[in-house]
Amino acid sequence: MNDLRDLYEEVILDHNRNPRNYPCKPEKTNRSAHGFNPVCGDEFFVHLHVEDGIIEDIGFDGAGCAISTASASLMTEALKGKPATDAERLFREVHHLLTEERQVGGPGEFLGKLTVLTGVKEYPMRVKCATLAWHTMKAALHDDNQTVCTE
Amino acid sequence: MSHAPNLAPERADNMFDVERIRAEFPILDQDVNGRPLVYLDNGATTQKPRRVIDAIRRYYESDNANVHRGLHALSERATNAYEGARDTVKAFLNAADRREIVFVRGATEGLNLIAQSWARPRLGPGDEIVITTMEHHSNIVPWQLVCRQTGARLRVAPIHDSGELDMEAFAALVNERTRVVAVAHVSNALGTINPVREIVETAHAAGAIAVLDGAQSAAHGAVDVRALGCDFYVLSSHKCYGPTGMGVLYGRTGVLEEAEPYQGGGDMIHTVSFEESTWNDLPYKFEAGTPNIAGAIGLGAAVEFMTELGMDAIAAHEGDVLEYATAAFGELDGIRIIGTAPKKAGILSFVVEGIHPHDVGTIVDRQGVAIRAGHHCAMPLMRRYKVPATSRASLALYNTRADIEALVESLRKVKEIFDR
Repeated sequence: MNDLRDLYEEVILDHNRNPRNYPCKPEKTNRSAHGFNPVCGDEFFVHLHVEDGIIEDIGFDGAGCAISTASASLMTEALKGKPATDAERLFREVHHLLTEERQVGGPGEFLGKLTVLTGVKEYPMRVKCATLAWHTMKAALHDDNQTVCTE
Repeated sequence: MSHAPNLAPERADNMFDVERIRAEFPILDQDVNGRPLVYLDNGATTQKPRRVIDAIRRYYESDNANVHRGLHALSERATNAYEGARDTVKAFLNAADRREIVFVRGATEGLNLIAQSWARPRLGPGDEIVITTMEHHSNIVPWQLVCRQTGARLRVAPIHDSGELDMEAFAALVNERTRVVAVAHVSNALGTINPVREIVETAHAAGAIAVLDGAQSAAHGAVDVRALGCDFYVLSSHKCYGPTGMGVLYGRTGVLEEAEPYQGGGDMIHTVSFEESTWNDLPYKFEAGTPNIAGAIGLGAAVEFMTELGMDAIAAHEGDVLEYATAAFGELDGIRIIGTAPKKAGILSFVVEGIHPHDVGTIVDRQGVAIRAGHHCAMPLMRRYKVPATSRASLALYNTRADIEALVESLRKVKEIFDR
């Protein structure tokens, strides 16, 4: 049962129960994107207010499993007020954390609280849940209107 | 399954030696994540008894050849085995004639064949096709394609909250414009057993053909296509203890003769010239190319296996386990069963309050319990119940009350993990 508790970390359960910046579309939203995994039904909209390369505000709505919801919530918390370049870097590091067999030098400090997602790696079927909001955020940053899917 | 079992329930139970039956399924004897496998995803696919696996292996080891072609001994044996499977299936469905049994890839291909070969050439603007809210995507999308191709209109009969078809609304939708009524015999996501005889009568009274999707019914109770009176009935081999990539389309001789060929190629023709070709007789008109010979032989062995056990005895056994599971779920807090029709096959769809079905699926899998989580290829039905997905335990003849106890125990773990 220990490994299940690694997946369903207390921080993850907390963000699933009380997602931050949810359901929320910031007033000055100027970038939005849609993420949808049709097989499992996870569906999120990520909204950004980007000004001079800074993510001034961020919110999301939609619905999904605990892993996808917590990952989205943690993401909004981590990105609010950060430069878009940090968002790109975090996207890469989270992706690396979830998909790479071997971590080079362990998860970087840059990830902070997001390291709670480490347990997802042991559940390959659930990685797509954890990455959905991140890909959706990236699409929003790049003003990509295509619906994102991580299945 | 819509008929009362021939055997008294106690007697059927005594004769149904589930431990002996389980021993015929090699795959069931294994641990998953350190726990004995509890396989409750039979609505997705059933496991295969040793005799099915052996029949396929035997065919490849000793009889493999193309059918209906060679004059040599192997081809004769392969042809006899392939056509023997057709006779077995004919008896299983109580079809009037072996020519009414068409081998296809699965229920999905069967439905597409009916849509493209029978419906598409005869439907046009003003015509209507009636389905229900509880259909699987494979009994929705082929008809949507036909509607797009012909200008016909798709009508959808609603269901009650219990998961029963609203028969009044259904009857009101069927009229002189209706050309096709296509309904699931058993709902894959709810377990509802539809009153198909009445549905067929309603369709025929309006001059429409009746198509029954038997993907979830064929392995779980006696099916008599003549008693049901349907024009078409489809099933998937892999949901009936047979191999994947194999299925059956039953069609009344009359409608099969009216239908155009589905695909062109070898075996489906009588004569070919560059000016004109003529079609082979039923059922070969619909079996272009080298068929799934091993698949048909495997399906034949699976049908013999089910027939020996007795479809009524299988229905009684699964009914007992379903009843036990429904009662056990009633004692769990925060679990809602989706699909509570009085007449149900062994399917238990449910949602756990506040916990997404995928999280439920992952946690129970860690305890060796295999269930399905998702929309079950029935997205419109999920919208009807305002849920993104459900968890689904679906039964087969080898499931036991102990399997249900393992499921219930694993669901307690789900709550334990989430409530901490």
